[in-house]
Amino acid sequence: MHCVSRVRLLLLSAIFLHIFSINLISASEPVEEHSETTQHGIFEPGPFIFDHIGDTYEWHIIDIGHKKISIPLPVILISRNQGLIIFMSSKFHHGSKSYRNFHIEQEGENKGSIVETLPDGTISLPFDISITKNIASIFVSILIILWLFIKIGNAYKRNPLSPPSGIQSLLEPVILFIRDELAIPSIGKNKHERFMPYLLTVFFFIWINNMLGLIPIFPGGANVTGNIAVTMVLAFLTFVVTAISGNKNYWKHIFNTPGVPAWLKVPIPVMPLVETLGIFTKPIVLMIRLFANISAGHIISLGFLSLIFLFGQSNQILGYGVSVVSVLFIMFMTLLELLVAFIQAYVFTFLSALYIGMAVEEHH
Amino acid sequence: MDLLLPHTGTVIWMLIAFLAIFFLLKKFAWKPILGALKQREESIASALRSADAAKEEMEKLQADNEKILARARKERDEILKEARDLKDSIILDAKSQAGEEAIKLLETAKENIKSEKESAIKDIKKYAASLSIYIAEKLLKEKLANDKEQKDLIDKLLRDTKLN
Repeated sequence: MHCVSRVRLLLLSAIFLHIFSINLISASEPVEEHSETTQHGIFEPGPFIFDHIGDTYEWHIIDIGHKKISIPLPVILISRNQGLIIFMSSKFHHGSKSYRNFHIEQEGENKGSIVETLPDGTISLPFDISITKNIASIFVSILIILWLFIKIGNAYKRNPLSPPSGIQSLLEPVILFIRDELAIPSIGKNKHERFMPYLLTVFFFIWINNMLGLIPIFPGGANVTGNIAVTMVLAFLTFVVTAISGNKNYWKHIFNTPGVPAWLKVPIPVMPLVETLGIFTKPIVLMIRLFANISAGHIISLGFLSLIFLFGQSNQILGYGVSVVSVLFIMFMTLLELLVAFIQAYVFTFLSALYIGMAVEEHH
Repeated sequence: MDLLLPHTGTVIWMLIAFLAIFFLLKKFAWKPILGALKQREESIASALRSADAAKEEMEKLQADNEKILARARKERDEILKEARDLKDSIILDAKSQAGEEAIKLLETAKENIKSEKESAIKDIKKYAASLSIYIAEKLLKEKLANDKEQKDLIDKLLRDTKLN
């Protein structure tokens, strides 16, 4: 009971923060957009949305008047002529200046990336391993996850037989849910233990990053799980785990599928090809599903936000009127996204468990 | 940065970060947590098992108790019955003995009375004989002072004897 009320309080405060920060954005955004509208003439929701869900070299927090407040992040570049270069992104002055021949491209196909202007005037892309906003957000989430789970891990170590207390009682049902409803049915009672650490890490990494993405202000707000590179790594790891733990039966099933007529295997190996393709399509689908779901949520919320400025452009009063509706819709979307955050983490983990389960399944 | 193209730097950092968190959590979080959950489940299962065993033991003990109680009850009944029988037989014995004793006493009393009576009769007879002899002597002394009277008496006696 105590726990439930605490969760409710957390939810409420998250929603409140969301509304509060929308107000902040709507108060600050017109200023930023104003400078853009003077350049382009009109407010464009497309670039506005994609700038927000994309990755940046600094962690933008808020605009006060014309002053941009953001946390500078380290830029790490390996350039062909300058070698390894490390500096803070504040050297770019929010992208308006260049530093040591590097600058953030504002237009064209490399928009948003750091490019190097060579002495002969041509442009080249350095190898970029900067700590961008998304990566910094990953680090923040990792610190949160480590703190949370090492703390409860120690609690379990201290008295393993006592009932869970505090944050333990909040997370234990989730851990048990993953073990009993997800890992054991998919992988089997005897073999699930080997894969539990991976499944739990994936689940909580996705879930917590999804929820951090819903908080619009620092230290949340980054679109980590809606970044295709992040989902690609997660899907790739599931692929690796599946491929490594695949037993003889699994590979036989792929290259010589039992119960399929022989003319589908020789002379043209149709079935083996399809099955081999399946090995790769499964993680690719995992990658795209998570990326698309989380990005879509962000895009819809930002779309509602853009409506305010689109209407506000034609008529200021209309903009204020629309803002009420938009904020209500954004509140609804945020609640929905809170659900989606859990569901997508669950789906990713569940499908990973299913694929692993297929790989370790014994012949019967 | 293109939304649909994975950025190499992000991939590298994500891989490092995820592997780091995976190994750290595996060692410091999942191992103790999953271990403790398993241990707790096992301890609960064993506690339930031992509770069942204790219950069975209790039932067995109760059954034993009942058996012992029944036996004790039976024994008590037997003892009581024996006691009652003993009492009855003692009373019966006493009664018959007393009866016999009484009969014996009566008989001796009767015999005593009889012998006393006989001796008393004998005494009386003896006394009566001596008394009559005495009287007869006296009478004879007086009456037989002369011959006639003696003769009359003899006649009379003879007459009486004839009549008898």
